[in-house]
Amino acid sequence: MDKVDIDLLHEITDLKGENFEGAYNIRKNGEGIERKVTENINIVTKKDVSGIDIYVKENTKFEFVHIPVIITESGLNDVVYNDFYIGKNANVIIVAGCGIHNDHHKDSQHDGIHRFFLEEGAKVKYIEKHYGEGEGTGKRILNPVTEVHLKAGATLEMESTQIKGVDSTVRETKGVLEENTNFVITEKIMTHGSQYAKTIFDVELNGKNASTKVTSRSVATENSMQQFESKVTGNTECFGHVECDAIIKDNGKVISIPEIIANSVDANLIHEAAIGKIAGDQLMKLMSLGLNEKEAEQAIIDGFLK
Amino acid sequence: MLEVRDICFTRDDKKILDHVSLNIDTDKFVVITGPNGSGKSTLVKIIMGIKKQDSGKIFLEGKDISDLSIDERAKLGIGFAFQQPVKFKGITVYDLLKLSSGKEINKAEACNILSKVGLCAKEYIDREVNNSLSGGELKRIEIATVAVRNSKFTIFDEPEAGIDLWSFQSLIKIFEDMRKIVKGTTLIISHQERILNIADEIVLMKEGKIEAKGSKDELLGQVLDRPICCKLGGNKDNG
Repeated sequence: MDKVDIDLLHEITDLKGENFEGAYNIRKNGEGIERKVTENINIVTKKDVSGIDIYVKENTKFEFVHIPVIITESGLNDVVYNDFYIGKNANVIIVAGCGIHNDHHKDSQHDGIHRFFLEEGAKVKYIEKHYGEGEGTGKRILNPVTEVHLKAGATLEMESTQIKGVDSTVRETKGVLEENTNFVITEKIMTHGSQYAKTIFDVELNGKNASTKVTSRSVATENSMQQFESKVTGNTECFGHVECDAIIKDNGKVISIPEIIANSVDANLIHEAAIGKIAGDQLMKLMSLGLNEKEAEQAIIDGFLK
Repeated sequence: MLEVRDICFTRDDKKILDHVSLNIDTDKFVVITGPNGSGKSTLVKIIMGIKKQDSGKIFLEGKDISDLSIDERAKLGIGFAFQQPVKFKGITVYDLLKLSSGKEINKAEACNILSKVGLCAKEYIDREVNNSLSGGELKRIEIATVAVRNSKFTIFDEPEAGIDLWSFQSLIKIFEDMRKIVKGTTLIISHQERILNIADEIVLMKEGKIEAKGSKDELLGQVLDRPICCKLGGNKDNG
């Protein structure tokens, strides 16, 4: 790996030194380049399509899995299928993400299709970061798909962040929840230039006491556009809460399309959405603390996306 | 310290401030009081630069600050506690105190400030300054953000407004201690007898003009005879 690779890894993961803690698989320009498995976590290359299967043994406690993807080749269209099989009562942190460095005129694209199968009582924290850089006119395109299947008592907490440099993204996240499960999604997106970002959430609450909380915070600046579609279906006694907050600046546009479907009288579903520019009183308060208008704006956005 | 010279402010054909002039001396604790709509809030907002006067000048320590922006005035040493504390999504109490102090303060220092305004610091330091906090809690945090700045001239725009009687009962001690918490000169809009009682000077405003200005001993009796003054609780002021 060269300096660009290491820098990209730093942007999308919590890499501190040279190596990741726990099991990992690093994919560069469409191929796996480094892998480590542990006693409890096995990573196997798929035979039919490009990608890996990750197996976490039951009762594995507090281990890490890192599966970063970096793309430095302009014009590459990389599609990868990664499946996670998390054993009963295992508790792991999975860090994924994709960094694209494109200095040329051809588009670079990565479509990561991630499926999670959590057995009873398993617990996963899934952190996904998307980042693009480079001086070229070639677009940096990322279209992640995340599919989550939670068996009884399982929980998955997903943090998805895209702060910089991705020209176009369509992100699809789907959840199917059995009884006593919890799926928490926190998404942060910032777009600038003429970037486009679309998010689709589709969560089915099928088991008694299944719950989901979706929080999306986004900032659309310059001529960028974002679309947020969320659909939560409650088929039994369950709880769903979707909160979409967006700040728009310059000519930024945000569309929020809520859909909550209650198929049971005991389904409790809430959708909240708020879109607007930075409030004048917030700017005034921070300016009264000595920040100029630009610094105040930045502090508000930094806090909002923290 | 601060001189307001011949300020006028008219909106919708209504003279909100009508040739107001006022001098405030260094290290004084000055309370502005007067009926709703008398122009008190507009006057302090003009001093901070939140509103712009139609005519007239403002001087801080002899320097003309009439055309400076809010942040430039803040940098020169004016602090301002808002009547309605502002809420932020994602910004914590600790973040706000750091922004307020203008430097890196550690959590112990931030907690110390919160304790001074009567908040159990550990419970609040990492909370977001949002709707999950009550009106009384937001007021205390607002006071803390001003106190941490150590401004030479601090304005409180009716701190008792918008909070319930019970919260105010417990807050009033803080206002009484204000002179210890906030260093330098203080200008505070209030109708509260207990706050008027600790003033060095009282300014009485009416219909966009200063009707009287004098020491507490000279004016307190006159002010308390008026129905505008409350022994407890607060009036919302849109002036």
